[in-house]
Amino acid sequence: MGSRLRIRLWAQTTVLIAVLAGLHLILLFASFVAPYDPTTQDRELPYAPPTRLHFKGATGFHLRPFVYASMRVLEGDRAGSLEEDRSREYPLRFLVSGPSYKFLGIHEATVHLFEVAEPGKILLFGTDGYGRDEFSRVLFGGQISVAAGITATLITLLAGSILGIIAGYYGRWIDEALMGVTELFLSLPWLYFLLGVRAFLPLHLSALRTFFLLTGVIGLIGWARPARLVRGIVLSSRNRNYVLAARGFGGSDFYLLRRHILPEAFGVLLTQAALLVPRYIAAEVTLSFFGLGVSEPVPSWGNMLSALQQYSVLVSYGWLLAPACALVITSVLYSSIADALHSRLESE
Amino acid sequence: MSYIERRLVRAVLLLIGVSVLCFLFTEMAPGSFFDEMRLNPQISPETIAALRSHYGLDQPLLVRYGRWMKSALHADLGYSIAYNLPVAPLLWSRAKNTLLLTTTALLLTWLISVPVGVWAAHRRGGLLDRAVTLMSSFLISVPEIVIAVGLLAVAVRWRILRVGGMMSADFEDLSTWAKLQDVLLHLALPAIILVLSESAVIIRHVRASVLEVLGAPYVQAARGFGTRPARLLFRHVMPVAANPAISLLGFSLAGLLSGSLMVEVVCGWPGLGPLILEATFSRDLYLVIGGIMFSALFMIGGNLIADIMLLALDPRIRREGSDGL
Repeated sequence: MGSRLRIRLWAQTTVLIAVLAGLHLILLFASFVAPYDPTTQDRELPYAPPTRLHFKGATGFHLRPFVYASMRVLEGDRAGSLEEDRSREYPLRFLVSGPSYKFLGIHEATVHLFEVAEPGKILLFGTDGYGRDEFSRVLFGGQISVAAGITATLITLLAGSILGIIAGYYGRWIDEALMGVTELFLSLPWLYFLLGVRAFLPLHLSALRTFFLLTGVIGLIGWARPARLVRGIVLSSRNRNYVLAARGFGGSDFYLLRRHILPEAFGVLLTQAALLVPRYIAAEVTLSFFGLGVSEPVPSWGNMLSALQQYSVLVSYGWLLAPACALVITSVLYSSIADALHSRLESE
Repeated sequence: MSYIERRLVRAVLLLIGVSVLCFLFTEMAPGSFFDEMRLNPQISPETIAALRSHYGLDQPLLVRYGRWMKSALHADLGYSIAYNLPVAPLLWSRAKNTLLLTTTALLLTWLISVPVGVWAAHRRGGLLDRAVTLMSSFLISVPEIVIAVGLLAVAVRWRILRVGGMMSADFEDLSTWAKLQDVLLHLALPAIILVLSESAVIIRHVRASVLEVLGAPYVQAARGFGTRPARLLFRHVMPVAANPAISLLGFSLAGLLSGSLMVEVVCGWPGLGPLILEATFSRDLYLVIGGIMFSALFMIGGNLIADIMLLALDPRIRREGSDGL
């Protein structure tokens, strides 16, 4: 591979990782970025469409965007559609105090990235059926879904590496038995399997316990592929000359693994991680979509999308597809990184 | 042992493995179907104990597994607690619909992917190749559930295809031709969703394997002898490139079945998916186990068909009698 191509690949990877890191930072600081609490309901505003940001109003053009408060128009004596109340403008304000929250779960804080004064509301992605701000929910739901993906990936890679090392290093009947079991796990349709395992776990649990059970189950089902990859690497590097030499000098099994064999597996495991995270996020989303995952009122991309199982909601309130878009962006970013890492491995 | 015999033994071992796994899970599970009943003060603990022994749930794991295995050999997969019906006929009536959906999707996927993949490899670097590569790498990274929900929204919004169920309400009054048309219109949406998400992977693999063969020395030699491009492609390249593609067929089945479960639930297609989901909610033990066994059976059956196709197409396997694993 030419050096120019390699530089391009390197630049591409760096940009992708930077964007992905930015995305994760936004999700991590969701409570700061989100203007509202994800569980606060507003029964006055169910299925409110996204608030429009205006620049031109009665007093002319402003560089600082503003919004109008929304009000119900009366149709006869019944409440009709939502319309903008053009009598007053509510400018967007940055870094002002709003509802208090725990910053990173520890530090009490009130500063939000942006908000508008009451009764104006800034609903970037509209609201759901309970009048909860969809934008805030996408951020907080992303915390849950992405964290589930990452945790499950770590579990898979850990379990896969340990079993792969055992199979590759100790060989013989242990290897045969473990590889037989990997074939079993690889040949099962994972979603059937996942539902099956889920069926045997308690249905109603606290959100935290569900989260850990779910990630544990998703993570443990996928151990087979990384185990095979790690086994292959261990097998091929076990008899390299420098490993044999290190053993001759009296290196222990653990030392050989840590110092000489595992570093070779690192690149492969990293690529696997980039492939697995989006897949596991999608698994969490699918399970929560079915109602088997993280349950209301805690948002996750999956249980937010499950409102769309009603065709009437799906047709009328297009902004509720926002979590799906967030999921697509995250997945595309992760798999581009996986592609880039893969070509880097190939080129070495 | 011949190639096919060895494959059959492997298939049976896999099925036994799946059933053992299922029973291990039931043993580890902390809850059961009767948990909800226990909360009801009108049902006495004795009644629940009697029900448990009626369904044989008070027996130790090994005894339950032995009994289940014995009846499974006679195509009896136990009794559904929620439906109060034998599991096997219940599953089979739904499995037919899943089979209809997945085989349609599988055929369409391959009918589209193979020509597109071969053409993209043949005209490597061309406009179509680049477009296909870009599209497939995008589609691979979009989660299936997003494709499903997105296409469903499009279909419902513009009333393009029939959604929900497998047939319209007035199905019984239709003529045979109209009945067929009705089912096809209902089948279209779930099938399209599956084809979109599956074909991306297969196009990529077909393209890669054709490209690899195109670079082989014997193809260069044939080209040097002046073989016409069409003959080169169909006579010399395709048969060799078929081997990895057919092996992929077996693997792609697992993805297809998982995808089909989700798509069936989203589109309301009355296949195994919604049934298993319901059984998961009501913790209907034997129905869930039966569903997993059915999916494993499809999977392994598909793999066997792929193996037989390989045997028919690849003389190397016939001659050596080894499967190269």
